[in-house]
Amino acid sequence: MTQPAQTDLITVTIDGREIAVPKGTNMIEAARLLGIDIPHYCYHPKLSVAGNCRMCLVEMGMLAFDPATKQPVMDPASGKQKVNWMPKPVIACFTNAAPGLHIRTNTPLVRECREGVMEFLLINHPLDCPICDQAGECKLQEQATAYGRGYSRFIEQKNVKPKRTLLGPRVMLDDERCVLCSRCIRFSKEVAKDDVLGFVDRGSYSTLTCYPGRRLENNYSLNTVDICPVGALTSVDFRFKMRVWFLKQTPSIDTESSVGVNTTVWSREGVIYRITPRRNDAVNDTWMPDSGRELYKQVRAENRLTAALAAGQSATLDAALAAAAELLKSAASAVAVVGSGRSSVDEQFLTRKLAAALKAPAWIVGRAGEGDGILLSTDRNPNTRGALVTGLIKALPGPQLGELAAAIDAGKVTTVLAVNEDLAAAGLTAAQLAKVRVIYLGTHANATSAAAQVVLPALTVFEKSGAFINQQFRLQKFVTAVPGPAGVSDDLATLARLLVAVGGPKLGETATTLWPALAAEIPALASVSFAGIPDEGLPLDSKPWAGLRFGEGASLHFQPAAAT
Amino acid sequence: MCDLICHIPPAVQDLLLSILKGFAVILVIFPIAGASSMAERKVSAWIQGRYGPNRAIVPWFAYVPFVGRFLQRLGVFNLMADGGKLLFKEDPLPGHVKKFYFMLAPLVGLVPAFTTVTVVPFGAYLDRAGQVVPLMLANVDVGILAIFAVASLGIYSMILAGWASNSKYPFLGSVRASAQLVSYELSLTLSVLPVFLWVNAPGTDATLSLARVVEFQSQPGLMGGMWFIFLMPVSALIFLVALFAETNRLPFDMIESEADLVGGFHTEYGSFKWSLFFVAEYSHMVVGSAVFVLLFFGGWNPLPWLPLATLTGWLHLQDWPVVVGALSVVIFLVKVLAMIFFFMWVRWTVPRFRYDQVMKIGWQKLLPLAIGNLLFYLLVIGAIHAF
Amino acid sequence: MAVITLHRKPLTFAERTYLPQVAAGLWTTFKHLLRPKETLEYPEQRPAIPPGYRGVPALVKDPHGREKCVSCQLCEFVCPPKAIRITPGAVPADQPERTHVEKAPQEFEIDMLRCIYCGLCQEVCPEEAIFLQNQYSMTGYSRAEMVNNKEKLYALGGTRPDAHYKWDKKKAAESAGGAHH
Repeated sequence: MTQPAQTDLITVTIDGREIAVPKGTNMIEAARLLGIDIPHYCYHPKLSVAGNCRMCLVEMGMLAFDPATKQPVMDPASGKQKVNWMPKPVIACFTNAAPGLHIRTNTPLVRECREGVMEFLLINHPLDCPICDQAGECKLQEQATAYGRGYSRFIEQKNVKPKRTLLGPRVMLDDERCVLCSRCIRFSKEVAKDDVLGFVDRGSYSTLTCYPGRRLENNYSLNTVDICPVGALTSVDFRFKMRVWFLKQTPSIDTESSVGVNTTVWSREGVIYRITPRRNDAVNDTWMPDSGRELYKQVRAENRLTAALAAGQSATLDAALAAAAELLKSAASAVAVVGSGRSSVDEQFLTRKLAAALKAPAWIVGRAGEGDGILLSTDRNPNTRGALVTGLIKALPGPQLGELAAAIDAGKVTTVLAVNEDLAAAGLTAAQLAKVRVIYLGTHANATSAAAQVVLPALTVFEKSGAFINQQFRLQKFVTAVPGPAGVSDDLATLARLLVAVGGPKLGETATTLWPALAAEIPALASVSFAGIPDEGLPLDSKPWAGLRFGEGASLHFQPAAAT
Repeated sequence: MCDLICHIPPAVQDLLLSILKGFAVILVIFPIAGASSMAERKVSAWIQGRYGPNRAIVPWFAYVPFVGRFLQRLGVFNLMADGGKLLFKEDPLPGHVKKFYFMLAPLVGLVPAFTTVTVVPFGAYLDRAGQVVPLMLANVDVGILAIFAVASLGIYSMILAGWASNSKYPFLGSVRASAQLVSYELSLTLSVLPVFLWVNAPGTDATLSLARVVEFQSQPGLMGGMWFIFLMPVSALIFLVALFAETNRLPFDMIESEADLVGGFHTEYGSFKWSLFFVAEYSHMVVGSAVFVLLFFGGWNPLPWLPLATLTGWLHLQDWPVVVGALSVVIFLVKVLAMIFFFMWVRWTVPRFRYDQVMKIGWQKLLPLAIGNLLFYLLVIGAIHAF
Repeated sequence: MAVITLHRKPLTFAERTYLPQVAAGLWTTFKHLLRPKETLEYPEQRPAIPPGYRGVPALVKDPHGREKCVSCQLCEFVCPPKAIRITPGAVPADQPERTHVEKAPQEFEIDMLRCIYCGLCQEVCPEEAIFLQNQYSMTGYSRAEMVNNKEKLYALGGTRPDAHYKWDKKKAAESAGGAHH
């Protein structure tokens, strides 16, 4: 599971090509490094090896040594050391690199093995691909095409097993399609730590079920759908929504917590259909919480803000921006800025610039939740560290805007600029909100937008590009998956124009054009460009903030710094 | 009949006759030019195994039993629909053209096309003395020369159109037009010279009148009644080929050639202005066919060796000059229409020549042939009169 | 491979004058002039539709009047001009006898302005639910009219004989052998 140190390299020979791999690497991974595909169902790089599907059978051999003299036996024909090939095939997933190991993945024997395994798997397969959601990303389809025999010799009755069984609130099971790879069982046990799945019965009657009285309802249940190589486990939410081959995949980040789970957003023609995890071995492996997969629904929510409002009337963005600038300028120094830990690094930078231009204090709202020790942390802001890095805040935020409330009560603040934060939810009372003039930039309608003098519509994380800094101080970018609602301009553009309108400097209005300014001004981001942020993220130096006491506990690839 | 006109003073009679003849020309030849466009569509369709236009009909005409249906199938009403469309559709004036000359060009094209008609005799009647009097608007002595001179002015409309259009293809089309017309004008003129040499035998009054040529073909006797097509087949061939080139008909329509020049000189034209070019082209065809019929096919004489006068004698029509006149016009028109059909027939038979082929045929084949032909008849005529 | 040089036969004088050829051509075209016409006078005369003709695509029902399409979206995928648009969904609850089919189109639209009548949808359909009909004339006054929705497609397609009754067999197997052992 974890990669051994790179120092301990062993040379193995696969299909006549040599490759040096770390000790313990199995042959599927070693072959993958050479671009050789060894088909498999049950093997998963992030789970324990079960070796029950037999699809990855390969021929194996070791270099020959004379038993008596321990001297290498040479092959007179080639002049090289002889290889003793084993008469029977072995499974590649459970064959780890050893000195002198030889593998053959494309011999008649191996091909025949694969054809045999495929034939057995397909004997009882219902072949209902037309109604199966897995079609298009189904290992059974792919490998039947690549390694199957192409026709069926089976004329007997197919086995009948339960179909359309709900294993939990989000997962549907079709037992006829199951190839009994046990990936879901191992995942529940090893990663989700919720051992609810198992096989019952024997032979061709083997059936996947939940333990009696239990349901697959943990917050990681949908990962079983992701790793199911066939269509046995399907997502209730995504069921019959769209064929996967129509969907465009866009890399994104889960905004649920400071873990910063890497995700892929699947969309078609501006509509998001599902969110799946994106492999990042340093953050989330190949998993993500179920709760994060539902976030796309906010894009088309009923209460989405799609038009600018000024003084309660719908206005053009220009008019609303002018009104906002007027409000901010007329308030002299009695302005407060509330930024957000859910805004991207770029937006927080612009928010800080706005606060500086208005000579206003800035806060962000802290969000705490229960950490599950896997991929949800206690800090439910995806970008608290971004606010620290960009200098928007100096200290860790509290969950309530107590200082702001006090300032309002004292009359020191008459105008509040709220960027993507609901002030009412952050502890301001209706009376306090009524006392101040509020300029709200946000995605959805709420108590703050209702109380605001100027409302500027904003984009969700799926509609814009930017970057978050997660709990590991890892800078991770997300890019536009779908276009925003008509008439809603990019948050960066809105903020940059507002900044110019209140007399601030003119900065870039897109992530690409703004990042040079970030790189120039923020030491931690020096020499970083937006395009240059790799897909797996860019770890930043966290030393300047080592003194802060972050609240997160340990999670999958994160250990909190030892308390000082 | 005589009661009606005989007591009118001769001067007024002449004037009335001229007006009548003028109307005859307008009412017959001009509609022929228009109807030719219809016939073109119909003949093209038939040759290609299609029906051609056969749908348009005036509402009330649909109720006329047999005739309405017949005319509808013949596509007669499509002609009206076409005309109406061309009259009333939007007439665009592209922004890049030289506007004055652009609008002038189609008119310049029409004038020579219609003017040449005046010197073409289109029939004849026998006066009281039994003399054949040709029907024509202006019986000028220079006859054929006037036609060649005026018809050649038509080229100016194409050059003007191509230049005024101020765009690539029209310009190329007009350049081709001028080159082609110059090339074939020579052969055209040279090919008819033997005819007039023959007609104007030494010692007679010299004339270039077309009526005289027809008269010559109306004489009694084997040689007298012989049409010039038999006497001078090479001249007729050269004249015919040059005529196709002069009227820009396939296989010589280098000027329009849709395939390589889009539409040639009238690419930028549309609606009514474009239709004027069309009318001019058909008028040229009509006049060209008429000249060819007059020169080589005996004009209004019904058959070779059967002059109009003889036919009149057989039918005892000496006292009915108007009927004879009408008969001669009909005979002449039938021949002209047959020629126009021939134009269309050739159009779907011989594919368009390449431009270099057009030039080669004109200068290297037709012109030497015409000169040789002229020399040959010079010697023949000289020999006949010497011995 | 041996190269065989073919020499063009030199033209005779008659051929070089081009006139006999023109005359022969005139004769040919004149024969065409007199021949019966090839054209069909369309609205009155209709062409005979050959078997395998690819006309307007439509959805068909099986002889029992049941929807055959399971909205697998293969036709939508294969459609070269992207004329087909399917909204997939589950079989409606009011059809309990078809719950085992699980999937059925909620909406099925073919934009006939886009359709190129290639027949790939018919070829790819695993359920034999979409067929190109004999109808070749589709007209309308607006773009919206030219989009055939599910209802219209079923009206166009009608029913068609079914050689398999695939889902009936599935249901029979499910009820007969459903419980194991």
